[in-house]
Amino acid sequence: MDVTFRIRRFNPEVPGKNKPYWQEFVLKDVDPTDRVLELLHRIKWEQDGTLTLRRACAHGVCGSDAMRINGVNRLACKVLAKDVGERIQIEPILGLPVLKDLVVDMEPFFAHYRSVMPYFINDTAVPADGRERRQTQEDREKFDDTTKCILCACCTTSCPSFWANGEYVGPAAIVQAHRFIFDTRDEGSKERLGILAEPNGVWRCRTIFNCTPACPRDIQVTRAIGEVKLAIQRGSREGVISEGVGPIAVSNS
Amino acid sequence: MKTHQFEAIVVGAGGAGLMAALYATKGGAKTAVISKLYPTRSHTGTAQGGIGAALGNLDEDNPLWHAFDTVKGGDYLADQNAAKVLAENAIDAVIELEHMGLPFDRTDEGKISQRRFGGHTSNFGEKPVRRACHAADRTGHMILQTLYQQCIKHNVTFYDEFHVVDMIMNNGKFAGVIALELGTGEFHVFHAKAALFATGGWGRVWNVTSNAHSLTGDGAAVVYRRGIPLQDMEFYQFHPTGIYKMGILITEGVRGEGGVLINGRGERFMEKYAPKIKDLASRDVVSRAIYLEIREGRGVKGKDYVYLDVTPQTVNRYLAEAGESRRIDAETIEKKLPDILDFCRTYLGVDPVKEPMPIQPTAHYAMGGIPTNVDAEVVIDENWTVLPGLYAAGEVACVSCHGANRLGTNSLVDLVVFGRRGGMAMADYVKRADYAPLPASPTAEIEGEMNRIRAGKGKTRPVELRKIMQQVMMDHVSVFREAKGMQQALDTVRELKARYQTDLTIDDKGFQFNTDLLEAWELGALLDMAETTAVSALNRKESRGAHSREDAKERDDVSWMVHTLVSRPAGTPPYPQGSPELQLNTKKKVDLSLAEQDARFVPKVRTY
Repeated sequence: MDVTFRIRRFNPEVPGKNKPYWQEFVLKDVDPTDRVLELLHRIKWEQDGTLTLRRACAHGVCGSDAMRINGVNRLACKVLAKDVGERIQIEPILGLPVLKDLVVDMEPFFAHYRSVMPYFINDTAVPADGRERRQTQEDREKFDDTTKCILCACCTTSCPSFWANGEYVGPAAIVQAHRFIFDTRDEGSKERLGILAEPNGVWRCRTIFNCTPACPRDIQVTRAIGEVKLAIQRGSREGVISEGVGPIAVSNS
Repeated sequence: MKTHQFEAIVVGAGGAGLMAALYATKGGAKTAVISKLYPTRSHTGTAQGGIGAALGNLDEDNPLWHAFDTVKGGDYLADQNAAKVLAENAIDAVIELEHMGLPFDRTDEGKISQRRFGGHTSNFGEKPVRRACHAADRTGHMILQTLYQQCIKHNVTFYDEFHVVDMIMNNGKFAGVIALELGTGEFHVFHAKAALFATGGWGRVWNVTSNAHSLTGDGAAVVYRRGIPLQDMEFYQFHPTGIYKMGILITEGVRGEGGVLINGRGERFMEKYAPKIKDLASRDVVSRAIYLEIREGRGVKGKDYVYLDVTPQTVNRYLAEAGESRRIDAETIEKKLPDILDFCRTYLGVDPVKEPMPIQPTAHYAMGGIPTNVDAEVVIDENWTVLPGLYAAGEVACVSCHGANRLGTNSLVDLVVFGRRGGMAMADYVKRADYAPLPASPTAEIEGEMNRIRAGKGKTRPVELRKIMQQVMMDHVSVFREAKGMQQALDTVRELKARYQTDLTIDDKGFQFNTDLLEAWELGALLDMAETTAVSALNRKESRGAHSREDAKERDDVSWMVHTLVSRPAGTPPYPQGSPELQLNTKKKVDLSLAEQDARFVPKVRTY
């Protein structure tokens, strides 16, 4: 099939291209199972080498190629041509400064990530036998979902609250905090809950739900935020996550 | 041009780089990590099945058994002292990762859960053992995230999206590295006492690969172009189970959970090739078996792929046949292999719980690379002479703990074990070393090369050369090899190098985020990797591990218990015209220190 791409371009170095504009590219002989990333590569490699984007693993694990595809945040390597049709519109993710074409400044995003103490804290001595800390399978399960986060920014840059206020830590940072708050081995949850209780923490979330379908890892982002809110209100993580609750049904299409 | 000064530099921010950075920083060295990607984009994050360590949480285990499996898996080319260090340090390294918070899956007792993996056995090859410590099928993701988190906790300095493009040597002494800042196109000189390269592999030399687009061998090329030899380049691993045509990895953990390989006639063919451990034989053995089945017309639908079947129906039938009491169900598969299911459903429209997955071998892992000793110090000749201040760890390095073929899970072990040892060694070294002075205009040569590519007025786009290289290397320097084909591949690669030097053109003439320029520069690195691979492979006239020659089918322990060192002639500039005749040195003997004490480590015919 033939596919027409409409791509949002911007190149600060080139007069005439240093204001955002749209450009169309036509690709012939597209296989319906081609990934959008492969098609963007075909444009870059065969038609216009100046087209600029980030990518690495090309199978949805490294989180480099988040972009707006037909108005929805996706990883270009996880979307097939047949899923988005013969006209594909590509834009950079929203809410972060655009540096060139599809490349945005990720620094504000990573700054929010770093602000929630996204690392394991446990100052108690390790077991006397020098071996692993024990954890039950049930306790491990409680934070399994949020360990999947690849920091691609699909969720945060789909969030209207973040668009309106870039100081809001955003869904991804909360997901990362959740992964530690609900890890029974971790001892830093009180401090993290304190950080997230501040004005630019979880309460900026208005439960709009954009983040959850945007997540390429199918993390129940809104639910994770809700669990953090509940833990803040109760002043403790205890009992917030009950066992055996299935995922909230949210369509990913 | 900006100049920075750090005692220790780490190039690359995957598992090995982050581990080294943590330990160099903790050891008191003023350290910076320079990475062409954001650290969490590194390829360690795509490792799936597990990290091997003889914890004995589920089956009785012993690090000596792990060392034996590693040596045997490497077809006896592994340096036995290195395999011993790998296996012994693995236990402590995995426990340390858990203490850093890594969310391993758990046993019923709450310990780290372990699963079976190819080539890992108990009691010197007796039967498969559960040794691979795992977090679902995203173990590498958890390792990468955990190490990055720890680096944030310990205030490690990062230069993200800085691409190291040259190494600075002054009168034979290491003096620093040069990086190009992606965002501005500006060159930065990092004056340093020591640097550890942890830049990963070069799977993009071949056209079907599990490797990220970023894996272009550029770190290895930077070091090689400054006169350091590369070791054992002929040993490149093809993982048996890549998604058909796409090359995306399907973890060996699938077979560890009971999955089996099935040919076009519906036969479980690994029974023929490895009667004892069947589908869990080492990767080189399984990849060759798949190629042979396909060649003899037993691919699926007569095509060049076979099936990997993990449907409960099939798995349980074979478990019953084997007299095992264990059974699996769809829920277990969903829980233990969630990402694999996601890949197959997304990219193939195949649901592995209900139907088999079409797979073919995929270019996966470089056993060879920058030669080092067990402390990650780079060694430049057959006498293990150390180049002070230069270190390497992870896939880019060749310790050699993997020999001619790496076992599954051992790449993750390698990164944490040798990354850590390298970080510690660097921290110690910088306390007693001085900075070598910077030479005059250190960036002249690399700026010249970048300007040449940027201004190229030729007719050839990089993609044309890359595609030809990938195809010819796939056709002639992959799972099966013979002299004529390899020579043809080498001739082609040299022609491509000539066109690269004289006829290149790119579109983007700018400086900010010029990925067009950097991809073209990376192609130059790939061509160096392809050339050194083909030259080394042509020279080794035997079959061993991943290097399988149809015109020399036997392993030859009389002549070839040696490593290959390939280098450019002394005094070659980093960007020479043409392709200078490469120098080969096969005087570096394999370390057999375990065999000297224990007859079970003496090289023998390898069967599984």
